[in-house]
Amino acid sequence: MSGVPSYVRLANEIAAQFAHRSPADAAVAIANHVKTTWDPRMKRALIAYAESGATDLSPAAALAARHLA
Amino acid sequence: MSLLKEPDFGTPARPGDATTELTIDGVAVKVPPGTSVMRAAKEAGIDVPKLCATDNLEAFGSCRLCVVEIDGVKGTPASCTTPVRDGMNVRTQNERLGKLRRGVMELYISDHPLDCLTCSANGDCELQDMAGVTGLREVRYGSGVDAGANHMDAPTDSSNPYFDFEASKCIACSRCVRACDEVQGTLALTIEGRGFDSKVAAGAGVSFFESDCVSCGACVQACPTATLQEKSVVELGMPTRTVLTTCAYCGVGCSFKAELRGDELVRMVPYKNGGANEGHSCVKGRFALGYASHPDRVLEPMVRDTIADEWRTVSWDEAISFTARRLREIQAAHGQGSIGAITSSRTTNEEVYTVQKMVRAVFGNNNVDTCARVCHSPTGYGLKQTFGESAGTQDFKSVEDADVILVIGANPTDGHPVFASRMKQRLRQGAQLIVADPRRIDLVRSPHIEARHHLQLAPGTNVAIINAFAHVVVTEGLVDREFVESRCEDFDAWESFIAQPEHSPEAVADITGVPASEIRAAARLYATGGNAAIYYGLGVTEHSQGSTMVMGMANLAMATGNIGRRGVGVNPLRGQNNVQGSCDMGSFPHELPGYRHVSNDDVRDIYEKLWGTPILNEPGLRIPNMFDAAIDGSFKALFVQGEDIAQSDPNTQHVFAALGALELLVVQDLFVNETAKFAHVLLPGTSFLEKDGTFTNAERRINRVRPIMAPRTGKQEWEIICEIAQAMGYPMHYDSAAQIMDEIAMTTPTFAGVSFGKLDELGSIQWPCNVEHPEGTPIMHSDKFTRGKGRFMETVYVPTSERSTRKFPLILTTGRILSQYNVGAQTRRTANVAWHPEDMLEIHPHDAEVRGVSDGDMVALSSRVGRTELRAKISDRMPVGVCYTTFHHPVSGANVVTTDSSDWATNCPEYKVTAVQVDLIVATSVVAVGNR
Repeated sequence: MSGVPSYVRLANEIAAQFAHRSPADAAVAIANHVKTTWDPRMKRALIAYAESGATDLSPAAALAARHLA
Repeated sequence: MSLLKEPDFGTPARPGDATTELTIDGVAVKVPPGTSVMRAAKEAGIDVPKLCATDNLEAFGSCRLCVVEIDGVKGTPASCTTPVRDGMNVRTQNERLGKLRRGVMELYISDHPLDCLTCSANGDCELQDMAGVTGLREVRYGSGVDAGANHMDAPTDSSNPYFDFEASKCIACSRCVRACDEVQGTLALTIEGRGFDSKVAAGAGVSFFESDCVSCGACVQACPTATLQEKSVVELGMPTRTVLTTCAYCGVGCSFKAELRGDELVRMVPYKNGGANEGHSCVKGRFALGYASHPDRVLEPMVRDTIADEWRTVSWDEAISFTARRLREIQAAHGQGSIGAITSSRTTNEEVYTVQKMVRAVFGNNNVDTCARVCHSPTGYGLKQTFGESAGTQDFKSVEDADVILVIGANPTDGHPVFASRMKQRLRQGAQLIVADPRRIDLVRSPHIEARHHLQLAPGTNVAIINAFAHVVVTEGLVDREFVESRCEDFDAWESFIAQPEHSPEAVADITGVPASEIRAAARLYATGGNAAIYYGLGVTEHSQGSTMVMGMANLAMATGNIGRRGVGVNPLRGQNNVQGSCDMGSFPHELPGYRHVSNDDVRDIYEKLWGTPILNEPGLRIPNMFDAAIDGSFKALFVQGEDIAQSDPNTQHVFAALGALELLVVQDLFVNETAKFAHVLLPGTSFLEKDGTFTNAERRINRVRPIMAPRTGKQEWEIICEIAQAMGYPMHYDSAAQIMDEIAMTTPTFAGVSFGKLDELGSIQWPCNVEHPEGTPIMHSDKFTRGKGRFMETVYVPTSERSTRKFPLILTTGRILSQYNVGAQTRRTANVAWHPEDMLEIHPHDAEVRGVSDGDMVALSSRVGRTELRAKISDRMPVGVCYTTFHHPVSGANVVTTDSSDWATNCPEYKVTAVQVDLIVATSVVAVGNR
């Protein structure tokens, strides 16, 4: 994961904690965590990164980003 | 106040109601059963002469000065060793007893130098006092060198940097030996020889400095003569007045009597009524104070336009106007969110509160974080999720009722020594100990203490271990069903989750390196051994799953019903003195004071009305986010209060790049620290000896910090913050620190009943302090959890991405040592460097041998982010494949190699797991460089 923006790495690390849940449940949990603890500029960057179609974001994190949008 | 001399009752208090009634010198007194006659007499206002007795040590009965007469009892028993009985009639003074006591004193004085007028203890010597009390007028055997065989020529041991041992003045009362045994628990001292040859010895033929002595000073405090005496007293003379205050080192938060002579600090003496320490101390709190008056202290503000320029010493007005102007200019150019601040756990609650207020009300954002980000932020997160409050559950005294003590990722004898002594007292009484730590810490095996289980787990596998504990509890029928059903929620789902075979000890044995049978036995002991208490430190939090582990421990405690009473609980051992307080005060970017989220309209409304300005409803940047944003270019100015982030935060190269990218860095500190090398403004800070305010320790205990002198810089730190706020156009003013606490109490429910007046009255208060708990709350979650029901959380073990590789085959973990403190800014400027002049790399003999490394060799320590050099110490404390170092010295800079891997929930850095390589080097060349 080296080389990816830090917010991508962080989002993927959060997603890994919820990997045992269904993708939909995991995305909600990830989005809630990001919403309550991240600075707006990081959230915006994550959303933009997900919308760009970059593949470094885990599927659950990408889905969470869509919840945040 | 004048010099505070606390009463000495001679022997310790006994628990229970005062039901035993007796008469002493005609005075009726009732005391708890088991109380000594000596103590009962003192309770009745009668002083019985004594030398070998003092009330923090069990009775010894050696001096025979405290003899009394008791109706129906033959002879003259020692009152210190004689327990009271109902109906006892005691006489402490008559001609016969007086004669006996004078006889005893004659013998003592015949072998004691008669240099009272020039002795350093003159006026504070119990031997001198007893000579007066007993009416000694002559010594028939002669005295001093005329008395025949004597100890007048016994040598003085001055090897300890802080105290002397003047053996010629020793009366062999054993108080020092017993203090080392009973209070400190190190058992470094002994009485060597028999009869006339008896003498105090610090080990076999070695000096105090060379011995196992940890320099806690308990022996000095216990000594009734000048035999063990602080060098400062010898040099400066006896103190004349006392200021009660609180230690500025670790999260134990010991109360001290600062004893002064005029305005000069002579010594620190631990305060017996201090709730956290009850009269004990460690080498740092009692002795390591030299930094406060060190010539390196910066006492005047300094400014420079670029970090390539020389510092200019300026007036306070210029420094404050420069700071305010630059902050506003940067916001105008780069946006409201381009500036922020970091608060410190080394400053008071009042100082922290004003900084976060400045950020929210004046900067207009939530870009405030605290150094707890890099230590105990997972504690705040994990305990809030499960229990509903971001704090430990117990007071320190609670450990006295623990039957099983589970220490995870903490090294109390080095990091929290005064609490460790309390814990060791309980262990010596028979409580069982489980240690989960990759390193064989001292607590695993020390005099009279041996851990029943040392789970020497692989770094990064905490969650696997705690899940396995819970698996055993659930699958072996050890759940406290009544507690769970009445007090908790979400148990069924968690029970199904944790019962899965993947969490079994057998399944995780290979992952953790701990045999399944050992995990099962330890889990059974925790669940069935009586009151079970968990104590943990940064070995829990500073991991990629730090928050998960905190929740895992909370799950375990709830499942076994070990919450809500004395002797149990989940207890974080906080690193710095005000970690709890700095977090309480709203230092996190997502929480206002009292851990209330910034998105909560009702809470924001409280502050918006009081402060007269809107508060953003979204979180700000955390420290690691600030660094990333600085490098990305969206974060341009940072105010750092009393923290040396350039040395303490991980991945030094990354931190340096971030600090170097800032347009303005303001550092408020005692010294030109490593961070200040990147700063444009240096605002001199105050030491704890100058501060007026409060610290909150690891047991939520709010203690007063009282100044013993005016700020050497001319200003309290909160005054500086107010002046910057005002210069930025926001009216912010307080008349005193007490007024700041009043505002905290007015706006924060958990502090509602706190005031300086109440703290002065009660001594200390453990929050929550409110209408329901007007004098505070020693034990939390007694009847219900703060959040109502305790919540079980699923804690999936996710291995860290930081793993050993062929290039970096070892795992490095880090920790603290007794004599030094964190980045060493304070302790490196004291005589404590005598014990720890450099950071060493502990490496297992096998790992050393295959690399050709011998003890004391210089080695290169490399990780994927950096490389440094330090000296190797061959040690089997670590398992094969794991090495260890401390981080107290900037020259070796342990954080050059640590990475920016962090806890998933809080971004607390994963200091405890770094893949490294160790190589033997012949000559030191370049130290501490990045690999990026």
